[in-house]
Amino acid sequence: MNKKVSTKVIVNKAWCKGCGICVAFCPTNVLEIKDGKVEIVNPEACTRCGLCELRCPDFAIYLGGEEDEK
Amino acid sequence: MASNLVEKYYRMDKLPHIWCAGCTHGTSMNAVVRAIDKLGYNQDEVCIVSGIGCSSRATGYMDFNTLHTTHGRALAFATGIKMANPKLKVIVITGDGDATAIGGNHFIHACRRNIDITTIVFNNNIYGMTGGQYSPTTPTSSLGTTAPYGNIDPVFNICNVAAAAGATYVARGTAYHTQALINSIVKGLENKGFSVIEAVSDCPTYFGRRNKIGDAVEMMKRLKELSVNVKAAEKLPPEKLEGKIIIGEIKNETRPEYTDEYQNLIDRLKEEEK
Amino acid sequence: MKNNVFLMQGNEACIYGAIDAGMRFFAGYPITPSTELAEVSAQELPKVGGKFIQMEDEIASMAATIGASLAGLKSMTATSGPGFSLKQENLGFACMTEIPCVVVNVQRGGPSTGLPTAPAQGEVMQSRWGTHGDHPIIVISPSSVMEAYMFAVKAFNLSEKYRTPVVLLMDEVVAHMREKIEIPDKSSLEIINRKKPVVDKDKYLPYEDTEDLIPPMANFGEGYRFHVTGLTHDETGFPSTNPANASKQINRLLNKIEMHKEDIIEFDEYLTEDAEIILVSFGAVARSAKSAVKEARSQGKKVGLFRPMTIWPFPEERLKELGKKAKHFIVAEMNMGQLVLEVERIIKSDAVVHLLGKANGEIITPDEIMDKIKEVENIG
Repeated sequence: MNKKVSTKVIVNKAWCKGCGICVAFCPTNVLEIKDGKVEIVNPEACTRCGLCELRCPDFAIYLGGEEDEK
Repeated sequence: MASNLVEKYYRMDKLPHIWCAGCTHGTSMNAVVRAIDKLGYNQDEVCIVSGIGCSSRATGYMDFNTLHTTHGRALAFATGIKMANPKLKVIVITGDGDATAIGGNHFIHACRRNIDITTIVFNNNIYGMTGGQYSPTTPTSSLGTTAPYGNIDPVFNICNVAAAAGATYVARGTAYHTQALINSIVKGLENKGFSVIEAVSDCPTYFGRRNKIGDAVEMMKRLKELSVNVKAAEKLPPEKLEGKIIIGEIKNETRPEYTDEYQNLIDRLKEEEK
Repeated sequence: MKNNVFLMQGNEACIYGAIDAGMRFFAGYPITPSTELAEVSAQELPKVGGKFIQMEDEIASMAATIGASLAGLKSMTATSGPGFSLKQENLGFACMTEIPCVVVNVQRGGPSTGLPTAPAQGEVMQSRWGTHGDHPIIVISPSSVMEAYMFAVKAFNLSEKYRTPVVLLMDEVVAHMREKIEIPDKSSLEIINRKKPVVDKDKYLPYEDTEDLIPPMANFGEGYRFHVTGLTHDETGFPSTNPANASKQINRLLNKIEMHKEDIIEFDEYLTEDAEIILVSFGAVARSAKSAVKEARSQGKKVGLFRPMTIWPFPEERLKELGKKAKHFIVAEMNMGQLVLEVERIIKSDAVVHLLGKANGEIITPDEIMDKIKEVENIG
């Protein structure tokens, strides 16, 4: 019972077109555009609010997966 | 690699989509999918119909019964589908030019009939697919390739047209206010009748660049800044609403639905025959 | 008197035939001289659980007809001249997407508003080539009220069998003429329904290159979740700009009709075996032509009639055979020379082809045809 399901922000660089919408409107400055693609630069600050996923026109950033919290 | 939502509702082999960087049609398309997901519709029972233009490409990506029709005619095709099989949830995805210029007549008559179809108008204020010509919603004085000296045309207010023509649920949202847009689409789908949700969208490539509004982020900020909630707008004088985007629920009423009325007619004839 | 014998208009008979063939959806718009088709549909369809809708224009009624067919109902729209022009865009969509439907065009005098209440046959070429691009189409034309009924059945059968729109090309005379019609027993009618897919739902190819070139068709809502687009597509139904695929698709579309033309084509002949002069006419004019043949024969003239009931694809092979035997062909049609172009193309120099064309709003009379026969005889 030591495994807790959680979510983390995931980037699909292949689909990212580098528009910067997720970066500009992230409330905690988790993201940056580097070489034309989004990158997670400050993961600790992420509150998993999901605004990046909601607004991303290209489905290239989303909350998903499981985090092991042993 | 994509979210569970995307994997469930999209044709993964067709992604990524063809829309330009910063075009918010993808955001609006996903708002439609999130609304469908929220309502738990069976994909086999949903039919999505589009016309021609940037918006119309949505149907190719969405894993439902999808029909990509001719310019402006999506609603007429959708009307035939809904009449033939009223059990289908019929959704039309259209654009500002598609719905209100070439398809304007079909649009107002679908509103008038109050047939149970939910229409989402991706309004990016321009003809994008053909390279940036002015549409019925391009703001007056804006530039387009066919308005090189500034557009002299007055604009259509899509929601007001829909409400006046008889649509029973009418709302406006923007790609910036995504959650509110999703909620409006949910309400539109729940409405037993003709629903219109105008999704104000950004076209950085043709509208933004030519009109020197800036890039995708600047255009998105502008959506945020120009938007006024319908409740707040009611308290403001008209001059304060000049150039603003009024968002929220514009109309929500109940009126007999078209396919129900036709079924009543069939039942009545059957009864009389007895 | 038997209760299946009626005095009826061509337009009425057409709808009764369509309903007996299984039509359950009609989208229309009022236009002379086809309006009765909508009126009778509005009256009769709800009685059999079918649906009628009067759309906002001709474009929309064509679109709704296609949509309803895709959702599983046998569907029809009807119009006349100007309305037929408006329907062309979506008619092309139906050709491209291979959605069965029947379009009735009651021809009236044109061009433009022309002579709305008068007969004509000016859409021989428009019914074939009215929409843009290369495309297949089937066009059939009745000459009597009884045929209006039977051809409506045939039109639905062909459209369902070959997954294609079918144009029922009537003229104002056949549409508004009242004559005796004996409605056949429904059990005697052959009714054809579209071929359904038999594969697993995830393996379905809506535009599969099958041996008979006719892809099976699922209806929306049956769980196949396929995509339909007017864009050039591949077997999966999704857009493709690949030239090899585009070529394959357009060839299949055209060959679909070509391959089955023997099954599709129907024509009628009257005293052609020994004829030196053969009249070629369709629709109402074929009746004047038949009278003229009778009159000519009574005068000892060797005249016959060839009547294409299927206008497109044209009964080319039979006409070619006749061209080897007869000396003259007179094409009598209510236009200024359309079908004659096809006859000339087929006959080439085997015989002499003459046109008796008329587009003044009046039908071509037997006397006018007799005069033309005499004129041709004098050439020798």
